Amino acid sequence: MSCYDTLIDYGLRSIGIGARLLPKTDITLCDQFVLIGSGMIWNVYFAVFAMTLGFGIATLVAVGKASENPWASVPAKAFIFVFRGSPLFIQFFLAYELFVLIPKVGIDINLGFATITAETRWLTKAWLGAVIVLFLNTSAYSGEIFYGALRAIPKGDIEAADAFGMSGFRKFRRIIWPAMLRLAWPSYTNEAIFMFHATTLVFFSGFPAWRQSGDALYYASYFADKTFNPFVSYPIIGIYFVSFTLIIITLFGWANKRLNRHIAPEQKIKFRFKPQFIR
Amino acid sequence: MEMCADPSTLDGINWWTCYLTTGKHQAFYASFGTVLLLLAITAPVVMVLGFGGAMARKSKILPLRWFGLAYTNIVRGVPDIIFFLFVPIAMDQGIEYLRHQIKCPDVLEPIRQGNDFVVCSIAKMPLSSSPQWIHEVYGFSLASIAFALVFGAFAANTLYGAMNAVPRAQLETAEAFGMSERQVFWRVQVKQMWLYALPGLSNLWMILIKATPLLFLLGVEDIVYWARELGGSKTSKFTYPHPDWRLYYFAFLMVFYLLMTWASEKVFNRITKRLSHGQATVGAGS
Repeated sequence: MSCYDTLIDYGLRSIGIGARLLPKTDITLCDQFVLIGSGMIWNVYFAVFAMTLGFGIATLVAVGKASENPWASVPAKAFIFVFRGSPLFIQFFLAYELFVLIPKVGIDINLGFATITAETRWLTKAWLGAVIVLFLNTSAYSGEIFYGALRAIPKGDIEAADAFGMSGFRKFRRIIWPAMLRLAWPSYTNEAIFMFHATTLVFFSGFPAWRQSGDALYYASYFADKTFNPFVSYPIIGIYFVSFTLIIITLFGWANKRLNRHIAPEQKIKFRFKPQFIR
Repeated sequence: MEMCADPSTLDGINWWTCYLTTGKHQAFYASFGTVLLLLAITAPVVMVLGFGGAMARKSKILPLRWFGLAYTNIVRGVPDIIFFLFVPIAMDQGIEYLRHQIKCPDVLEPIRQGNDFVVCSIAKMPLSSSPQWIHEVYGFSLASIAFALVFGAFAANTLYGAMNAVPRAQLETAEAFGMSERQVFWRVQVKQMWLYALPGLSNLWMILIKATPLLFLLGVEDIVYWARELGGSKTSKFTYPHPDWRLYYFAFLMVFYLLMTWASEKVFNRITKRLSHGQATVGAGS
């Protein structure tokens, strides 16, 4: 079987398209590269959805924590403490057991043009359940980062906004929020990297892989078990993760450039790769 | 306890007392000790590895500097869980390979036969005849090494940054006093770097605490293992039948970890206050 055939058979295996059975004997290097790469689809999916959904909530949490109103600040602080203070691994286990206990029912959601039935049993599947856990987790971590940035906004910026007669939401939207993002961006890049790394935990903690459709690490450990040789599949997944990490750094670097475009060159904040926000 | 002899007759508080003191529950409580032991063993090793890594990165010898750079960057660029899966099995096979070469050099068949890893029986590590506890200790040691290697790279990066953060003027003053390069490094730079290293190190400690449930993946009977074991639903065939209680057991673990991080935060705040005393930084106060 040529490597092209392998690509056709296993390129989309992780999302259930292609050959049904995984390779069992005569595992080639190509098999390992293709299947582990196919598993990366899940990692990217988890990371993209969790980060996108988490971004908005993180802003809310940060504003809540910085608020003087205890009805806003106490829940925000508690949320951050619970999700940052406990291992993501345990959060996955706990959430999965919770989702299993929820009665299996379908809820009709009327979208106006069509009605879809959302079923609670979806929660026990990785594509929804794990995304919810990752989303809450990244909201807490990013919320703390944004909170730190909120407190670091130069007083002058806010005074200038006041002098222009801005107040309330307008001041937030035009001055505070962009300044917060600019200050938080280097740390937020790190958060994105480690969120991406954390997606490897999904299929190792509670959420079962349905029909052997798992993420990159699921396949890497499958090969390590089958061939009893860790020196091939783990370095392959390592290569994949290092390349994707570089892609994240590039993408976030562009955004950082845009956020800093009005700042004098010597005051720009540079990104530094710092492992501060592992879970 | 003799009142626990026949659990089916018990109810209320007595049932709970007996249930929570069964042999398996005692193993569960003891496994919290396993977690603390792992922390107690790895934390010092991590510091040593971290210091070594940081010194390697500052070294004047180019290959050593490359080694330091490669070590810190590769470990940080790849998810830590991959290392936790890779290092123990790689170490295990490496040790068995070496023992095979030494103990039975007359066996000529290759060690990798297709999908099998075959070494002669006296090269097995640990020997298949050795008692169960040796297997457990061996597994735990491999896990500790994996933890130390991964977190050593993080510590190396933190300490390297802290060494560079010591104000240049302080080092120049030391040089002006006629100290040799070595004296400047050990007497001034290393002594002063701790304040700058502290935020990173406290972060690292929190990460280390939160990484301990990964022990479960390495086959160590830790708190996650017991929580799953005890929480799973028990039919009436068991002495203490109950439905699926894993949710409550995991909630208990969650509380344990939250308490650990909360207490650590308090301790680190106190240390920071102490170290900032007399330093020219914002946090110094008096």
